[in-house]
Amino acid sequence: MSPPGAALDSQADAAALRAAWSNRRGFYGWITEVDHKSIGKRYIVTAFVFLLLAGIEALLMRLQLSRPENGFLDPDLYNQVFTMHGTTMMFLFATPVMEGFGLYFVPLMVGTRNVAFPRLAAFSYWMYLFGGIFLYAGFVTNTGADAGWFAYVPLSGPEFSPGKRVDFWAQMITFTEISALSTAVDLIVTILRMRAPGMSLSRMPLYVWAMLVQSFMIVFAMPAVMLASSMLLADRTVGTHFFNPGETADPLLWQHLFWFFGHPEVYIIFIPALGMISSIIETFARRPVFGYPAMTLSLIATAFMGFGLWAHHMFTTGLPPATEAFFTAASIMIAIPSGVQVFCWLATLWSGDICWSTALRFVLAFFALFVAGGLTGVMIASVPFDTQAHDTFFIVAHFHYVLIGGAVFPLLGAVYYWFPKFTGRLLSERLGRLNFWVTFVGFNLTFFPMHYLGLKGMPRRVYTYTPEMGWGALNLLATCGAAILAMGGLLFLGNVFWSMTSRRTAGNNPWAAATLEWAADSPPEPYSFQELPAVSSREPMWSEAHDLAHVTGLAEDRRQTLVTSTVSARPQHRYSLPGPTLWPLLAALAVSSAFVGSVFRPIWVIYGAILTFFALLGWFWPKDYWE
Amino acid sequence: MTADFQSALHPAGPQSDQIALVWWILLAVSTAVMVGVPGMLAAAIRRRRVSNGQSSERRLARAVGLAVGITSVVLAGLFAASLAVGKRINSYRDPNGLKIAVTGNQWWWEVRYRTTSPNEGFTTANEIHLPVGRGAHIELRSNDVIHSFWVPNLHGKMDAIPGRVNTVWLKADRPGEFRGQCAEFCGLQHAHMALWVVVEPPDAFEHWRRGQIEPSHEPAPGSDEERGREAFLSLPCGLCHAVRGTAAFGQVAPDLTHLATRRAVAAGALPNTRGHLGGWIVDSQRIKPGNRMPPMAVPAASLPVLLTYLESLK
Repeated sequence: MSPPGAALDSQADAAALRAAWSNRRGFYGWITEVDHKSIGKRYIVTAFVFLLLAGIEALLMRLQLSRPENGFLDPDLYNQVFTMHGTTMMFLFATPVMEGFGLYFVPLMVGTRNVAFPRLAAFSYWMYLFGGIFLYAGFVTNTGADAGWFAYVPLSGPEFSPGKRVDFWAQMITFTEISALSTAVDLIVTILRMRAPGMSLSRMPLYVWAMLVQSFMIVFAMPAVMLASSMLLADRTVGTHFFNPGETADPLLWQHLFWFFGHPEVYIIFIPALGMISSIIETFARRPVFGYPAMTLSLIATAFMGFGLWAHHMFTTGLPPATEAFFTAASIMIAIPSGVQVFCWLATLWSGDICWSTALRFVLAFFALFVAGGLTGVMIASVPFDTQAHDTFFIVAHFHYVLIGGAVFPLLGAVYYWFPKFTGRLLSERLGRLNFWVTFVGFNLTFFPMHYLGLKGMPRRVYTYTPEMGWGALNLLATCGAAILAMGGLLFLGNVFWSMTSRRTAGNNPWAAATLEWAADSPPEPYSFQELPAVSSREPMWSEAHDLAHVTGLAEDRRQTLVTSTVSARPQHRYSLPGPTLWPLLAALAVSSAFVGSVFRPIWVIYGAILTFFALLGWFWPKDYWE
Repeated sequence: MTADFQSALHPAGPQSDQIALVWWILLAVSTAVMVGVPGMLAAAIRRRRVSNGQSSERRLARAVGLAVGITSVVLAGLFAASLAVGKRINSYRDPNGLKIAVTGNQWWWEVRYRTTSPNEGFTTANEIHLPVGRGAHIELRSNDVIHSFWVPNLHGKMDAIPGRVNTVWLKADRPGEFRGQCAEFCGLQHAHMALWVVVEPPDAFEHWRRGQIEPSHEPAPGSDEERGREAFLSLPCGLCHAVRGTAAFGQVAPDLTHLATRRAVAAGALPNTRGHLGGWIVDSQRIKPGNRMPPMAVPAASLPVLLTYLESLK
């Protein structure tokens, strides 16, 4: 029973919270925004724009390869296009889109009002955006990177890649890695210290576990590639010899540094997708995911093992046999935690009560596509077989099955699943079903024939091939598949735009799901929760939905939230978060000036550092919101 | 449909044979899994729902445990099989084997047959001949960027890395002509960096080897061939190419001493015919954009005799 006047009080509370958490409208409001939901959405939209660009690049490549000795793209442009495609997909789409979902949903799922460091989140987005714009500014001015997304030295070094193309690429790496590191740190602290009271580690949703594990992987993996890209840039701009074989440097150093990042990167993309799958399966199987401890341990095991297999990208470089055996064993072993998760999901579906939806369809496709990609992964873990498959279209097929089947299908499922939370509207299920089947068929037509092409001798990254090789027919089939896949993409976009204007609202919890993000409004208010929730189970919206306990005693006139203990989430103290500010943007501009300037004149490292100092001075200037 | 002369599925030597065996084992296991997992998924979705609480959770745990156990055993088996085959491939040696140094260049392969007696060694390009049944020890180097030496019918690939020497043993069990192609992205013309491996009976190989050791064919005085040689030597060709027995001794482009014996020109980009050769000399940048051969302003009158000379280099 609510006391009389409770509704009025509640309205007054909401008004006070809205005043404290809103930002001014217009352009200035947009560039000073620090709300995790706005930044998360920006991340996701920007990433999908880059996906569109990378998709167009893929279609250009498929057109060029559709018949032997095609003259559609010359080798110079082809090399730029395939480099841009790989780079965009890995650095500007896959990682950032996962970060964007994390920024949006982690605070909602753990029941807090913003990320731990809102300004860092804003800074991270600006760095990502500027890095992407920088790379594409190069591409449209005939300075597109052309040494591959892996940029092996010495091909990417000053001698064999003169000009600025590779400089743009290397510096873009640094931009996006700083952005990813910032977000990772932000999410780790949010997850460990800002969970709703009662949400002990063992009650955390599996998606939050996945983001925690992924964020730690970023912290350990990204510095390796930032170091490598900076060393490459130093080789190219100030004449160091980190990778110059003429000065007895070993080109393999680059490969070790790159793949020490590059292999974990695959799991950095893939692990959040596993979290999405768990969320979706739990909701549509109407029961908690089977084997919660096994699921979390598998995520952690995958992360640890993910750092022990980088050299399987280097089986043809002449590694010692003992090294090869170690990396083969590690590469095969990582299939076990993946297997555990697949079987746990199967058990969940087996014992659950299945409700069909487009989101679930995309996730079920994962079981066929990811298993296929995982199996070819086990194949190429075998050194003898890998010496045949390495750097052929077999590998192209393999990693598209893993990354599209394993991450993009669940991601599209996640968009269908969470779209009502973003927008308050449901995506059309009928268009969704069409979207799914067209995408599924197009994907398999594109990539399945590539397995065979690789075994029949077609290497990767070739801009053409002669007719007598006999690769023409299957390449044409793959190109037709790509056209169908592109139609799937258009259907998806069409569905998003069409549904956004639909009048039917979704309600706060349209799927009757279990986790806390569904306790917030759709779309959520800037403060997310009028009262911070407190939980006493893993599925609060199922077990406690009608009587969700909440926290009282937080100030409403400022952006205040609660800090809880790391393991058991006991309330510890109140914590006020900063509001809208221009400093993250200014800091990102200052750091960008150093990065962009140093490509042309090394002295800009110093100028940029001075500018960054002043930006950080403004950023950290004592303010009153810390009471 | 697809050709068999550059295919991992048509082994012609003991190593590629072993690798193909690994492939068929892996494919068999994978096929079983690809039927099994979606099958389980279909069963999970379609089954009739009868829920009986705790006991069913325990049964599920047992089923998941069993599935993980089977997965682990199968993976361990695959690991053992892969290791065993790898060991067998790596331990192959032929004390009587040929020694060949293969060097990757942007975008062609230099091939040097090395022997203990200096007058028996020779250099050629983009073509390796092997006698059936006799091993060849290949030393891989690179003069510029990383390349990868790959003749799928005979063996898996091995990288040629500047500053390093990688080695690999090749052996062929049956005669045939097999194509290989650079498998590590190496710049503009990565697509056109092929080589041919010609496997022939021992006496045919010996005949070829003897021929390659010889200096270049000496044209008859006053012939078209001789005029062609003069044209060759007066053009800048010899700055990059070598023709043993003449003043052309450039070392940065393919050795042309026995050009006419080779199957292809431009590292596999064109068949070695008079027409293609002429087109290549006059406008190589159109055929293989970015390649290191500059455009040649060959006087119209010289081209036919130049081609006649090059065709005589048997």
